[in-house]
Amino acid sequence: MKPRTRRLAWIAAGLAVLGIAAALVLNAFQSNLVFFFTPTQVAAHEAPQGRAFRIGGLVEAGSLTREPNSLTVHFRVTDTARTIPVTYTGLLPDLFKEGKGVVAQGTLDTDGSFRASEVLAKHDENYMPPAAAAAVKDAHDANVTKTLVQPQRTD
Amino acid sequence: MIPELGHFALILALLVAIVQSTLPLAGAAIGEPRLMALARPAARAQFVLVVVAFACLAASFAGNDFSVQNVATNSNSELPLHYRLAATWGSHEGSLLLWTLMLAGWTFAVTLFSRNLPPVLLSRVIAVMGLISVGFLLFLLFTSNPFERLVPPAPEGNDLNPLLQDPGMVIHPPMLYMGYVGFSVAFAFAIAALLGGRLDATWARWSRPWTTVAWAFLTIGIALGSGWAYYTLGWGGWWFWDPVENASFMPWLTGTALIHSLAVTEKRGAFKSWTVLLAIVAFSLSLLGTFLVRSGVLTSVHAFATDPARGVFILVFLALVVGGSLALFAYRAGKVGLGGMFGVVSRESALLANNILLIVAMASVLLGTLYPLFLDALNLGKISVGPPYFDAVFYPLLAPALFLMGVGPAARWSQASVPGLWTRLRWAFGVAVAAALILPFTLGRWSPLVAAGLFLALWIATSSFVNLYGRVTSSHRPGLVAKIAANSPSYYGMLLAHLGVAVFIAGVTLVKGYETEQDVRLDVGQSVAVGGYEFKFLGVQPGPGPNYRALTGTVEVRRDGRQLETLRPEKRIYNASGQTMTIAAIDVGVLGDRYVSLGEPLVENDVSGAWSVRVYLKPFIDWIWGGAFLMALGGFVAICDRRYRLAVRRRTESIAAGPGSAAAAD
Repeated sequence: MKPRTRRLAWIAAGLAVLGIAAALVLNAFQSNLVFFFTPTQVAAHEAPQGRAFRIGGLVEAGSLTREPNSLTVHFRVTDTARTIPVTYTGLLPDLFKEGKGVVAQGTLDTDGSFRASEVLAKHDENYMPPAAAAAVKDAHDANVTKTLVQPQRTD
Repeated sequence: MIPELGHFALILALLVAIVQSTLPLAGAAIGEPRLMALARPAARAQFVLVVVAFACLAASFAGNDFSVQNVATNSNSELPLHYRLAATWGSHEGSLLLWTLMLAGWTFAVTLFSRNLPPVLLSRVIAVMGLISVGFLLFLLFTSNPFERLVPPAPEGNDLNPLLQDPGMVIHPPMLYMGYVGFSVAFAFAIAALLGGRLDATWARWSRPWTTVAWAFLTIGIALGSGWAYYTLGWGGWWFWDPVENASFMPWLTGTALIHSLAVTEKRGAFKSWTVLLAIVAFSLSLLGTFLVRSGVLTSVHAFATDPARGVFILVFLALVVGGSLALFAYRAGKVGLGGMFGVVSRESALLANNILLIVAMASVLLGTLYPLFLDALNLGKISVGPPYFDAVFYPLLAPALFLMGVGPAARWSQASVPGLWTRLRWAFGVAVAAALILPFTLGRWSPLVAAGLFLALWIATSSFVNLYGRVTSSHRPGLVAKIAANSPSYYGMLLAHLGVAVFIAGVTLVKGYETEQDVRLDVGQSVAVGGYEFKFLGVQPGPGPNYRALTGTVEVRRDGRQLETLRPEKRIYNASGQTMTIAAIDVGVLGDRYVSLGEPLVENDVSGAWSVRVYLKPFIDWIWGGAFLMALGGFVAICDRRYRLAVRRRTESIAAGPGSAAAAD
């Protein structure tokens, strides 16, 4: 093989690997990206049915209950505008507390409650999961706009 | 007084770094030996000054000086001394100072161990490292001063994040930074070579040991971080594909590619441009990693914008380093040339293919890490890219690279033949296939993924053995010891590192294939059976700790009625912050770990009642870290090679023969 054809062959091989990688990435993106929704968005039916997504907000104070003799817990996640009931079976993270920020991943049940497969609360006390903080902030902003601009609208 | 002294030392260090980065470069450009000679003393002076600054900060932490903002936020008088010292690099400011210290240290090492480099090259290398140092010192002094005073002083500190109060976390950051910053040497060599337009086998030989050491430290750093996550987060995972982890993994992948590419450049003079590009990319990713973790951009893209000074500085600095070096590369790469040619089936080809796969795998990690940040920054919605993405993309890309690890060392340089390779490797291949098909039956359920993983691990191990056997038996020296000693340390280093990869893959495969995880509710005296073991929960006792209250559980482990051990998992509630932390109790074994961690008390306000408990069996998990340490050990063995020192001696002679010849050639 001439050096020139050989170089072309290598470039072609490199492109082939990139192509395979791109196919793998697109395929993985298709099925594995997890989107985030706030309780307000969930209440407005913006969240998908039957596909995993994340919700975030604050654990509503006084909402945590345990089922006896199992590890199943119920609590409500709020963005201060809307709340979503959440069911989770398993160990809650150390930083899970009522009134604190939380992010949960799972699917929506037909009755509108959220069945979490994973509950995340992160590294330190003052830290609010960014998604949770954003949810509360969005709800707050939306509320302000609503009362100022569109006081008549309810949703 | 001590903090001011440290601050002053930092300012002086900046001034010295400016001298170190400008005058020697100018001297190299105009061929003025006196300006070039400034590089070495300036680099040493800068090192001393940064050491003083670092010592001052450490002293402020050790002495509980809560009039320093950094100390007040990250330490506490109840904190034991070793954690107070570790808190020096526990904050954003402190860790950047550690970075700068490492950089000054590496530059100092270059002045020590490269005494006989041509003066032009040496002055350029030191100047480039000085430029990076200028950037970091400016960043420290103008946006993240670690010595900032607090008026009025705080009566007591906020405490170090409890997650960091752990022996693993004390040494993890210095090891990781040794690796990150170590790539700056390879980077500086690459830039110096581009500036000079001369890049040959000697250049690669100088770069190699530095790159290998940096890579070995980075390997240890990542392994320590992973081990720490395993036993302190209480989740029993060893890798989460978290952006923070990816930030350290990307330079590692690129560094691995760079090590192999450097080998080809040294031995065969090929891949020159590619090697230079990899050196630039490896260091750029180290910078990106540091800033991803340290700028707060991961916590929230918008947190980044809340401190515009830091954010803008970081972006400008990254753009200057990456953009500047890539521009220089584009401008000069033609002059450097591509290097020698080689056959389609050859060791060069195997290494090139390996390089391509490593870099594409790195790119897929980069994409998965940055994509959510971009979407968020552009307000296109919030998404998360979790382990399923990385599993689906990363493993298929890396599997062929791992297969090539068996082929590459067996293939001849320049031109090899497929039948010849098959003759050499058929036994290794046969044994690996047979064992991979049979072994899963003895371990439990047979699954294709376990068999595939075991095949790759066994294939790397058996082909390495065949390679060693071939080398030893073909040696003409008398006696086995002499035959073994006939091979170079860099050869044994390579074998060790490859064996490390095999051990690592075996660990990953077996723990993924056969781990058992159970989260259960346990009353006092109640037992749970997991994988042939019986775990009996004997309740939780409160007790004191140095700066926390501990809740210690007692779990007896039995097999066939015989008691094996008592595990004591803990919950710690730290006094200063009130934060809770889980410390798992792990019975470590070569064949697997038994892992117990406490969840939470299930009876309200009664810690002595029922608890939720995690009980895990993690077969072969310690092989993961064992493999990583073998890889690092291989790196350290490889640099013991006499070749690297011989090269220097030969060089000395040629310089002694004609002083100024290197400068004239430039």
